[in-house]
Amino acid sequence: MIRVVLPQHLRTLAHVGMEVQVDVPGRVTLRSIVDAIEAEYPMLKGTIRDHVTLERRPFLRFFACGEDLSLESPDSPVPEAVVSGAEPFLVIGAIAGG
Amino acid sequence: MSGVRVLVGTRKGAFILTSDGKREKWAVSGPHFAGWEIYHMKGSSVDPNRIYASQTSGWFGQVMQRSDDGGKTWIQPGTPPGEQTTPQGMPKGESNKFVYDVSPETGKPLTTHQWYDGTQHPWEFKRVWHIEPSLTEANTVYAGVEDAALFRSKDGGKSWHELSGLRGHGTGPAWQPGAGGMCLHTVILDPSDPKRIYIAISAAGAFRTDDGGATWKPINKGLRSLYIPNPTAEVGHCVHHVAMNPKRPNVLFMQKHWDVMRSDNAGDSWTEVSGNLPTDFGFVVDVHSHEPETVYVVPIKSDSEHFVPDGKLRVYRSKTGGNEWEALTKGLPQQNCYVNVLRDAMAVDSLDKCGIYFGTSGGQVYGSNDAGDSWNAIVHDLPGVLSVEVQSLQ
Repeated sequence: MIRVVLPQHLRTLAHVGMEVQVDVPGRVTLRSIVDAIEAEYPMLKGTIRDHVTLERRPFLRFFACGEDLSLESPDSPVPEAVVSGAEPFLVIGAIAGG
Repeated sequence: MSGVRVLVGTRKGAFILTSDGKREKWAVSGPHFAGWEIYHMKGSSVDPNRIYASQTSGWFGQVMQRSDDGGKTWIQPGTPPGEQTTPQGMPKGESNKFVYDVSPETGKPLTTHQWYDGTQHPWEFKRVWHIEPSLTEANTVYAGVEDAALFRSKDGGKSWHELSGLRGHGTGPAWQPGAGGMCLHTVILDPSDPKRIYIAISAAGAFRTDDGGATWKPINKGLRSLYIPNPTAEVGHCVHHVAMNPKRPNVLFMQKHWDVMRSDNAGDSWTEVSGNLPTDFGFVVDVHSHEPETVYVVPIKSDSEHFVPDGKLRVYRSKTGGNEWEALTKGLPQQNCYVNVLRDAMAVDSLDKCGIYFGTSGGQVYGSNDAGDSWNAIVHDLPGVLSVEVQSLQ
């Protein structure tokens, strides 16, 4: 199972706590993790990536193990610590305001 | 006993204000969808317990919400017909999906519109500005969106399909965004003709269909906008809002970027009725529910100073269909007030006497239960108000 930390507003929308766990069959990539999130929590479709282009929404970023994975290819593998469940995959809203 | 339900969309959530027919004491519920921008909420006249809400965020995009119990509980209605929800009973998110129609059979090629700098820019969906439930079918509802287009749902908001004849009718490349974006912000359904719909876009102008949305034509003759290269162009005008009294659907009132306008022929031509207003810039315009010649606006100082003039919050009322305006001030702040009232933030109820409501950028919602003669702040410390609608309940 992949551990995923969602930003506050998406937790509210999905009626979940800070961290959720999703089953990602096969190779674990940015794309397959978001696929799994949307399959488990369909009300989040369109909120993390665009409905049509499937591109990450511009004010959201992906982090894991202290690394910014946002600009990696969607099909890039994520760190082994995320695959093993030792570390969570973080969906983070870009900070705006003072 | 009669009553009213005022639906308030703000920059940080939705609020519902309810009162009996006297409209003196109010109950406040909310925030609903706390932290999200609620651009608009509107109830169905067919089923008043059905309310639609546009929940939006620069971070997370567009979410459509629906209540079937008068705003007590909400759902995202988007489980496609024939499909099951997830094992947990959760909807599938299709109600949040607004995709421009580019199919060769029904749609138009997704062209470009004019950008701020005059170059062409691709159409990109951003948010729903206005929701307009059908006057006859509870499951049919229209959505005006940014970048400007009109969508319709026939399944209670579960799925949305563009009425692409509007965006593709030919003048699209000349449309351009106003300061708030290129938004379709006004949708008016003609109660006397189910095939007639009026819409308005900032900054393109007003448009009308007489065939249920298949074909559209600009209705901007008589508008004069000095801020565009051709002041009397067919499109390009920054129309801020349009209002109609349903009992006289051929008469329309418009608050343009500058100028208050009137049409007596369903928008075929317009004449200016700004008259003695202190400034004819503004956003809202509305019409008394029983007196079709009684019109309300809130003048704003200018397009660079988006607040009321002279530090005084004044609603202006004309009982002559325009030109002659009187300031309504009783109960409204008359010093040190510098708020704005946005285009969808005024509404009228249908009780007797007519009630009027408006919300400000400072978070106040004012109500009048005597057609504007006097006002009270129903609430005064909400987040900035984006929209106000009212339902008259029996």
